[in-house]
Amino acid sequence: MHNKSVAELSRELESGKISSVELAQQFLDRIKREDSKYNSFITVTEEQALADAKSADELRAAGNATPWTGIPFAHKDIFCTNGVKTTCGSKMLENFVPPYNATVTENFRKAGAVCLGKTNMDEFAMGSSNESSHFGPVTNPWGLGKGEKRVPGGSSGGSATAVAARLVPAATATDTGGSIRQPAALCGVTGLKPTYGRVSRYGMIAFASSLDQGGTMARTAEDNALMLNVMAGFDPKDSTSLDREVPDYTATLNEPLKGLRIGLPKEYFSDELSPAMEEQVRAAVKEYEKLGATVKEVSLPNARLAIAAYYVIAPAEASANLSRFDGVRYGYRCEDPKDLMDLYTRTRAEGFGTEVKRRILVGTYALSAGYFDAYYLKAQKVRRLIQQDFINAFRDVDVLMSPTTPSPAFIQGEKTSDPVTMYLEDVFTIAINLAGIPAMSVPAGFVDGLPVGLQIIGDYFSEARLLNAAHQFQQVTDWHQREPQ
Amino acid sequence: MTISREDIEKVAVLARIRVDDEQVSALESDLGNILDLVDQLSAADTDNVEPMAHPLNAVQRLRPDEITETNQREAFQAIAPATENGLYLVPRVIE
Repeated sequence: MHNKSVAELSRELESGKISSVELAQQFLDRIKREDSKYNSFITVTEEQALADAKSADELRAAGNATPWTGIPFAHKDIFCTNGVKTTCGSKMLENFVPPYNATVTENFRKAGAVCLGKTNMDEFAMGSSNESSHFGPVTNPWGLGKGEKRVPGGSSGGSATAVAARLVPAATATDTGGSIRQPAALCGVTGLKPTYGRVSRYGMIAFASSLDQGGTMARTAEDNALMLNVMAGFDPKDSTSLDREVPDYTATLNEPLKGLRIGLPKEYFSDELSPAMEEQVRAAVKEYEKLGATVKEVSLPNARLAIAAYYVIAPAEASANLSRFDGVRYGYRCEDPKDLMDLYTRTRAEGFGTEVKRRILVGTYALSAGYFDAYYLKAQKVRRLIQQDFINAFRDVDVLMSPTTPSPAFIQGEKTSDPVTMYLEDVFTIAINLAGIPAMSVPAGFVDGLPVGLQIIGDYFSEARLLNAAHQFQQVTDWHQREPQ
Repeated sequence: MTISREDIEKVAVLARIRVDDEQVSALESDLGNILDLVDQLSAADTDNVEPMAHPLNAVQRLRPDEITETNQREAFQAIAPATENGLYLVPRVIE
């Protein structure tokens, strides 16, 4: 069962070949047996999961099942779960048990899905390798066969690893600068970052509010569509949520791709990309041509400024968002503070990890008197230029395609001492967050036995088109079916 | 770009994060490198460019002026590090 997709498991449950309780137990046993190799879960909610699975079986028996009733899955530990520890990968929230559900959590609960636990992540979603979690690094299931411990990518590396290692068929994830697509690429799974505002951010612990977006991670595009059907939609509790009609994302998966216009941004096929990676990505684009798509080169002239703009805007917003962690109302508090300032400064020094502190300090610096115009305002103007590049490109093409990452998964510890080198891991993904458009990563080959991701980028609210393009690719390739040994 | 020790100490106070001497030295190098990366922005011509706060130019939504939240004080205080008589406890501020 663990090799089946969400869509297949849904059919198995519907046919009565297996019950929700049996299915949950199988995956829970697998997590217990296998996850010590990966550390992809922070919390496993066995008791709650089995109770929810029992309720799902009762719902199905009463004829009230949805496609998600009884389907096991996991939440990234950034989504608040009522009564279940939600840590965001941080010592600061090590024992935080929210008294409410995030809207995404609530939507899956209402759909009857069975959450098996919370997946590991870079602390407060800051990282590109999943090495900054207070609960230890996550290990990519790929490369282990050769005795190599490689990173799964970050910050949704726990979710990507859990899906790739067949510990769950699907998991929620979030993407601020590439945190869904980069780990999806490095672990050989399919991940979608929707349009900014498409999925509610209510109860999703904030890192950079104008960039953060919840999204989906599973092995197939079809499963991503099933997930987005549950997650997408207007939420009055989130002031950045957009009131737009939500289509059925599974309805258009099988539309033919004949006539699809693909743009290849020349800036994303630069010297930073290894020839082996480029070969795999261009081979994937050839498959699209065989399916009837046309291809042309396009330019995103300001793409080279994306990382610089991101590393002003994201830390600036993080410095504001993380000011709430002060040791007063919830979370970690230092021992015996001597006065209020000591309480704040020691709580935050002890509760936050190195990368989080680094980004808070950069953000505070960029927002401080005398630097605001030169850094923050300038970055927001550059962001407009980057957005305009995409708007111009989508006048001529329907989707853009590029590599998701410049290289396959790297060895753990290889880049931790140099934050700037680590930041460059998101070189092909960050501009998409700045513009707020949707993008996917789809498994598209291997280099040295490690997965390669193809990034498909779309115009605002074109998730259905992206899922259609990914699904059609997965009908003629089997990269997404490969299992790490 | 270089960032001075004094700058880091000042920013750490603003950010309410205690940093010791050893950390300041490491931060000098790390933050300097990050600001070097960020300095690429100065090369961009942004004259007459509108800053972008929201990708879809959304505006703050207003809701009817009605009470929608119920009182959950006990639930919220149950997860606080220190409370007493329904109040959050902090070190004494006024002697």
